Order: sequence, then structure tokens, then C-alpha cells
Amino acid sequence: MSPQTTAETAAAREGIGRAPSVHIQAARLDYAGMVVFDSLDLTLPGGETTCLLGPSGVGKTSLLRLIAGLNDSAGSRGTVLGDDGRPVHDRIAYLAQQDLLLPWLSVLGNVVLGYRLRGQPITPAVAERARTLIARVGLAGREGDRPARLSGGMRQRVALARTLMEERPVVLMDEPFSALDAITRFELQALAAELLQARTVLLVTHDPLEALRLGHRVLIMAGAPARIEAPLIPPGSPPRAPGDPAILRLLADLLARLSAARSVPGEIS
Amino acid sequence: MRIVRPLLIFAGLIALWQLAVMVTGAPHYILPGPMRVLRALSGNASLLLDHATVTVVEILLGLVLGTVLGSLAALVIATVRPARRWLLPVLVISQAIPVFALAPMLVLWLGYGLASKVAMATLIIFFPVTTAFFDGLRRTEPGWLDLARTMGGRPLHVLWHLRIPAALPALTSGIRVATAVAPIGAVVGEWVGSSAGLGYLMLHANARMQVDLMFAALFLLALFAVGLYVTVDAGLRRALPWQPEDGRLTAD
Repeated sequence: MSPQTTAETAAAREGIGRAPSVHIQAARLDYAGMVVFDSLDLTLPGGETTCLLGPSGVGKTSLLRLIAGLNDSAGSRGTVLGDDGRPVHDRIAYLAQQDLLLPWLSVLGNVVLGYRLRGQPITPAVAERARTLIARVGLAGREGDRPARLSGGMRQRVALARTLMEERPVVLMDEPFSALDAITRFELQALAAELLQARTVLLVTHDPLEALRLGHRVLIMAGAPARIEAPLIPPGSPPRAPGDPAILRLLADLLARLSAARSVPGEIS
Repeated sequence: MRIVRPLLIFAGLIALWQLAVMVTGAPHYILPGPMRVLRALSGNASLLLDHATVTVVEILLGLVLGTVLGSLAALVIATVRPARRWLLPVLVISQAIPVFALAPMLVLWLGYGLASKVAMATLIIFFPVTTAFFDGLRRTEPGWLDLARTMGGRPLHVLWHLRIPAALPALTSGIRVATAVAPIGAVVGEWVGSSAGLGYLMLHANARMQVDLMFAALFLLALFAVGLYVTVDAGLRRALPWQPEDGRLTAD
């Protein structure tokens, strides 16, 4: 079976349909009178995870927000289309660095939040699927707890379940694990790789090892205005073992490239 | 200790009061001692209770009405853009008018009875509730709104399930302020023109040099105001158990 077919089978199992590839063309962002990036093109291959690395302030988050359709009021523009020629902003789910759980809702309430906000009824079938997802992220039995009673890792697991509940074929993640301790992060990376495998994923991260573990392709965004360099394609399929000598060699290489990229004037936060 | 400490403070204040009476040697018609006031309390119990009931009803009605109207105004201002442009400046400027100066007018228009005092309490409560709730509605965590947008949330549902609950902690601080100022509105209304209530009784007793009765009325008013505040505060805490004590919404 070719990788594409595997992804399609998995996508069908998840009920999300075929995960489209996403094409970003001529993206531009002006911020405080500066061009952060201009005529930036980027393709996220369907059903694969693309990791985006780069120094802070280079515009990674802005690019992600542009793809999510969240940046329209700022000085940003660009075309974001799926390979079917339709916009993708209604096909994405968004996972941020903060879990963004609502403190007054239970775990279950947070997972089905999308249904509430769209005014869709929470049928027994919907609730049942939410429970299944909560169990899949390892929180069975905690459905009734409020977020304040959960640890940071557990909260991000709930956020992951909420993301999966949305059944969106494209998932945009902005440093979702960066606030967690090393062990929790390690566990959650494996969980996310497993649960998101059929989807088109863009993962913005600061952590080169995370990118090498999870990405089918790893991109570096650097410079002012920022460019995206040719993708690095690590061997094997994610999630990769972080102890693999090939991965460690790539890690050393990535670290060198990232520290070279850091000496850039004019950063934004 | 949670019960003992307030009692000790209370006893300490009474002792201080007694001490002030003994040290200054003020005559009882200027500063009556605690025992004298206690006698006035028990001797005029039914009279005091009648007037206190009137004031309590005024305060509670004003509190409910002011909170409801203030919340509605905040909702309208926060959700209807033209209303924000036109109403918000009016609301802010109207606060420069001292509400107490309106009391004689309210009595003229609404009469000596309950209505003018309830209106006074409502007016004085309206603004803190509106500003606090509006502020809360305006400051919804941007990340939550982003999330709602990516989920394809509908404006009314986002308002009901996200923005209003998120603004409730702000609303409760507005209600706390309102609870503290509601008795002021009612008593000022009574002072300006009334035929019943603790404020009326205080003015009346003062004019007839029944200073101990005036103190008794004041004592009852203070007791009720503190009791109301403690009750409302505890009720709000219970209603929003997820609200962190320090006002932050997310624990790190």
C-alpha cells in the first residue's frame, strides 16, 4: 500500500473525508511598518504533518493564523486554498499553546464546545463520541471534572480531544506542547502523532527535536522578510524514536541552521 | 477562628465606643453609650422592625432592579454596535451628575412612597453593574474567540456560551459594589422625603433629640447592610465555583 492510500483509509476511519493538501500563495504580512514576509508560498501535503521551525518573531504564528483565517484585520493577505480549489478556513481545527479550555465547563463540556457554539444539539451520539475521544486521550473517568482540577498535560489532552471532536481534515497547531514538562511533552507528541495521522497538519514549534519526531517534512522559516527554505524530509515515518542516530545527526544540523537564522534584526513578538 | 475573629472585632469596637463615652464624658443626647442604645433597641423593637422592613424592601427591590437593568444595558452596549457609539458616552457623562441631587426630583415625580426610594437605589446601582459587566463582555480572552471562530461559532451562541459566562466574574464584582451602595440609595431617598423607613426614623429621632433611638436605627441598618453583603458575596462565590480567587482565569 502506498502512503497516500494508507492516509485515505485512516481518514475514512476517522470520518473526516480525504485530507486535502493546502496551498498558501503570495502570503504577505506587514507589521508596525515592516514587511515580515512577502510573496511567501507554502504547500502542506494532504494527510501529512508539516513542521515549521524558526526564530521567534519571524512570523510563524502569523502565517498559521493567516491559514486559519484569523488574521484578516491585521495587515496580512494571501490565498489559502485546498487542492480542490476551495478555501480551507472552514475545514481546520486549531490547537494553541494555551489549552483554551473554558474553566466553567467540564471536560466533556469543553470537548463538545464546537457543537454548543454552532448551536448544534448535543445528541447522545455526539456525547458518546466525545466520551470515546476522552478515553482515547487517556482521560476516561474524568469527563465531569473542571479544567482547574487537571494538570497542564491533562488539560492539553482535553484540548486535543476537543480538536479531534471537530472532525476537521486540517489541523493547525501553534506550539501546543511547549508549556509542558519534557516527559509530558514526549507522551503527548506520541499521542498527537497517533491521533492526527490521517490529517493535514501544520505544527509550528520551537523545538527541533519535536519537529524531527513528528514531521513528515520539516521547514525552516527565517530572515527578514522571512523565507521558507527547502523542506527537510527525515527518514522513516513519524512518530520517530528520538534516540535514532540519523535523527540526532539531523538535530545537530537543524540546531546549527536555526542558530544561524537567529541573528536577524527587527523581530516581532 | 473564622467566626471568632469577627466577634472579637465587634466586641472590641463596642468596648472602644464605651471607652469614648467615658473618656469624653459626652452627654447621652450627643453620644449615647452602647447600653443605652441596646435599651432603645429593645424598648422600640416593634417600631424599629416596622421601619426596617420598609427599608429592607426598598434595598432588595433596588438591588434586583438595578442589577437586571444594568446587566441588560451592558449586554445591549456590548453586542449592538450603534448602541455602543450612542449610549456609552451618554452613560459615562450621566455619571458626572451626582445621583443624590436627583433625589428631590424622584420624590416629586414618584411620591413619598416606595417607588422613589427603589428608583434611587436602582439608579445608584445601575452604573457599577453596567460598567463591570460591559468591561467583562469586552475583555473576552482573545484565544477563546479565535477558537470560536475556527469552530464556526454563531454570534448569538458564542455570546451565550462563551462571552457571557466569561464575563460573569466581572459582573459579580459589579454586584458586590452594588450591594454595598444599595443601602445608601434607599436611605438618601428616605431622608429627602418619606413617611417610613430607617432613614425617616433617624431624621425624626434626631429632630426630637432621641439620639439613642437614632443610633439604634443606624445599628440595625449597618447590621442589615453587612449581612446582605456577606450573603450576596457567599452566594456569588457558590454560583461561580470555577472563578479563581485572584481573578485570573487560567491557573498556570
